[in-house]
Amino acid sequence: MSAGDARAIAAAVRSGARSARDVVEEHLARIAARDGELHAFTTVTGDRALAAADAVDRKVAEGIDPGPLAGVPVALKDNLCTRGVPTTCSSRILEGWVPPYDATVVTRLAAAGAIAVGKTNLDEFAMGSSTENSAFGPTRNPHDPSRVPGGSSGGSAAAVAAGFAPLALGSDTGGSIRQPAALCGVVGLKPTYGRVSRYGLVAFASSLDQVGPFGATVADTALAYDVIAGVDPLDATSIPDPVSATSAVLGEGVAGLRVGVIAELVGDRMGIAPDVLRATRRAADVLATAGATVEEVSVPSCVYGLSAYYVIAPAEASSNLARFDGVRFGMRVDAPTTLEMQRATRTAGFGPEVKRRIMLGTYALSAGYYDAYYGKALRVRTLLLREFAEAYERFDVLLSPTSPTTAFPFGAKTADPLTMYLNDVCTIPSNLTGHPALSVPFGVGDDGLPVGVQLLGPALAETTLFRAAAVLEAGR
Amino acid sequence: MTTDGWETVIGLEVHVELATETKLFSAAPNRFGAAPNTNVDPTSLGLPGSLPVLNERAVELAVRVGLALHCDVRPSTFARKNYFYPDMPKDFQISQFDEPINVGGWLELPSGTRVGITRAHLEEDTGKTTHVGGSGRIGGADHALVDYNRAGVPLLEIVGEPDLRNSEDARAYVEELRQVLVAIGASDGKMEEGSLRVDANVSVRRPGDPFGTRCEIKNVNSLRSLGRAIDYEAARQVELLEAGEAIRQETRHWDEASGRTLSGRSKEDAEDYRYFLEPDLVPVVPDPAWVEEIRAALPPLPADRRRTLADAAGRPPSDGEVVVAVARGLDGLAVAAIALGADADRVLTHIEHNLAVDGADALTALSFAALVALETSGALTATQTKDVLATLVAEGGSGDPAAIAAAKGYEAMASDALAGAVDAVIAANPEEWSRYVEGDERARGKLTGFFVGQVMKQTRGQADGKAVTALLAARAGG
Repeated sequence: MSAGDARAIAAAVRSGARSARDVVEEHLARIAARDGELHAFTTVTGDRALAAADAVDRKVAEGIDPGPLAGVPVALKDNLCTRGVPTTCSSRILEGWVPPYDATVVTRLAAAGAIAVGKTNLDEFAMGSSTENSAFGPTRNPHDPSRVPGGSSGGSAAAVAAGFAPLALGSDTGGSIRQPAALCGVVGLKPTYGRVSRYGLVAFASSLDQVGPFGATVADTALAYDVIAGVDPLDATSIPDPVSATSAVLGEGVAGLRVGVIAELVGDRMGIAPDVLRATRRAADVLATAGATVEEVSVPSCVYGLSAYYVIAPAEASSNLARFDGVRFGMRVDAPTTLEMQRATRTAGFGPEVKRRIMLGTYALSAGYYDAYYGKALRVRTLLLREFAEAYERFDVLLSPTSPTTAFPFGAKTADPLTMYLNDVCTIPSNLTGHPALSVPFGVGDDGLPVGVQLLGPALAETTLFRAAAVLEAGR
Repeated sequence: MTTDGWETVIGLEVHVELATETKLFSAAPNRFGAAPNTNVDPTSLGLPGSLPVLNERAVELAVRVGLALHCDVRPSTFARKNYFYPDMPKDFQISQFDEPINVGGWLELPSGTRVGITRAHLEEDTGKTTHVGGSGRIGGADHALVDYNRAGVPLLEIVGEPDLRNSEDARAYVEELRQVLVAIGASDGKMEEGSLRVDANVSVRRPGDPFGTRCEIKNVNSLRSLGRAIDYEAARQVELLEAGEAIRQETRHWDEASGRTLSGRSKEDAEDYRYFLEPDLVPVVPDPAWVEEIRAALPPLPADRRRTLADAAGRPPSDGEVVVAVARGLDGLAVAAIALGADADRVLTHIEHNLAVDGADALTALSFAALVALETSGALTATQTKDVLATLVAEGGSGDPAAIAAAKGYEAMASDALAGAVDAVIAANPEEWSRYVEGDERARGKLTGFFVGQVMKQTRGQADGKAVTALLAARAGG
């Protein structure tokens, strides 16, 4: 379905074989033809994209290298700040707000010659796993428009799957890149915490949030990662280690690589669908055939990750989302006093899932409850880190399903929030540990819809993940 | 209202704006007096997506203050203090909570008393809200305007132990702290611009009893207000207790106009701040070698300087003129002038009375000592010395006092010329003279001033007041 191949586009534009304007016009035409149905975008920035494409073409004409992503259209999740372009987080409360600055990743993409074609839909403030929590209506899965694209970065995953842009950026707090990548049949990476700057990413849960790329192929995703990764003085948690060009080592294979299949995530306790389990086992076989050693490994606290996550993430969110108070930006519902104005604004501006998490988090941090909830969740986090550290003494890469099921129909999981939260069971551990994890398409389920498998690694092991993913991509 | 039989217990919390170029967590300028909402950027406005990055200079100044207050400088963390307030951009304040950078020190007052320092921690300041229209009060205003220039300005909150027992010591503590902060370059120390803001925890008890229930007094904007507020609050509490009533733990606001503290928030309805570790920042772990470098570079502190000057002048460090000389930053001049042989008493007197002027800090010890020598030898009268000193300072502080005196025509009058002047004044004022001659000691004292003044007028200030007094007494026959 996806036209893909950012590498080919960039090569053609850099060599002058194809103009960036031509590339962008083609993608804008695809968006115009089908986004009315899919609703991957909250805003399409066609004029800006064409102007940026012309600037790239001028550089080529002048003999200046426009960069490794020259002329490549990218879609940006609408929780990444874009100077002069509305940034909504798919929430009413930010309607009308236009950031006066670009997120660091947006600046880096532009500096590499990439062309932003629009902002993509998400679950409001990235809280959800289906994009059904968007205040502006859900995004549809390009493979089956009666089904969700996953979430929260559902718009970005759908945009890549539909060929609206070969690359997209999302954010991943508990699986929000990897799960929609799996459901839309594209590649998605959550980098190591601190590897990609969070400056300009509207925060959901600061200790878990990480920006990452989507691509139609492993190579494209690696190319985007190479551009956005690296230290940023504007993000105090960013990692100073230099970035080596990931895309250069993609073909090195997995011979000798030690792969552990996470026993807890391929057993029958976590509600993983049989077709997804089958795909995961088959992926293990492909890696073994390619020369990796494959064994099962137990990471017992994995099963507590979900509980810990749904304390820590709402707790941080309750604080991060306090600033949406009607005083400085976005929506304001006027009232006689400041306090009433703030209450009325937040009541009208936030959707039900956001309110639920703000309440959960506020409760978890309250005096008298902190130790029982937040304190205990932090201890689970420490335990998980220890168990994963032990696993990585014996294994280079771990393997698991990305999502328990393939894409599900609209409304299937909205009645009970807990059912929806269970979507994140395989992806959450990597957010709690801060480790990198990647979802790569691997076959289809019983319903013919894409299945993704997840590769996990220790801090800064992105290169290894891409290498293994390239083997799976070739062997699916 | 009386406080007899009661002891007042005071602990002060001082918020100091650190003298950095930029804010605690962003590159927006930290400058007082700019047009509203001009010293701002995404981070100091708390815009969505913005992140804090710690200002290293603020950490350095915090360490300086910690070392000057004899604190233990420790690895520290930042937490979020969550509460809604329109002038707080993120609706949480980033503040050091359970792991502050400076712990456990003391400050020595001029009296020699040491006041314990519990902690001195970093946090960000809030913006300022102005209520406009209607009654202009919080409840009755039409609308509110918020200026975020101050939002994110680095603050060091210095929490003192409840070691103070009266308002005078409380004032001395703040003044001493101010001098230390200015001396080490951590703050400009301007209370009137809010660079130094004081909250006072006040309680009373019968001596020997455990601490009483305390009230926190806010909105104290000057040393004078601090003293008044503490005295008022202690008296208020004593009155309540003597009437058999209990003190309610609460925040109270000092009202300068009425001279009273007014009830604010009580502890019962205090907010739950839901503190948790700030995930956007990493722990601050000062390198011990760097801390030692800062320690080695600290200038002498006011207490040390008082001891040095006191030794040179042969006085105790608590001596009033010694304290004033250090407070004005003229102790170095005094010590040097005394070392050059100038009379210590005259040096300190001039500093206290005649050098509270602009340019005094440029006065050289050499010129000052030469001038004091002229005065001590009797070559210049006290009045002439004062005049020459003023000119000396006005002309840059390094001139030759003898030349300035000569230019002014100041030469000590010959004693016969002085006697002639005295006789002429006596002759011109026979009535006053007879009252002087016949009067008792008190009457003479009063009239001495009159005659000295007349002689000064006639000699255009060249007469020595002491010599005139002696001549008058001699003429009156003892």
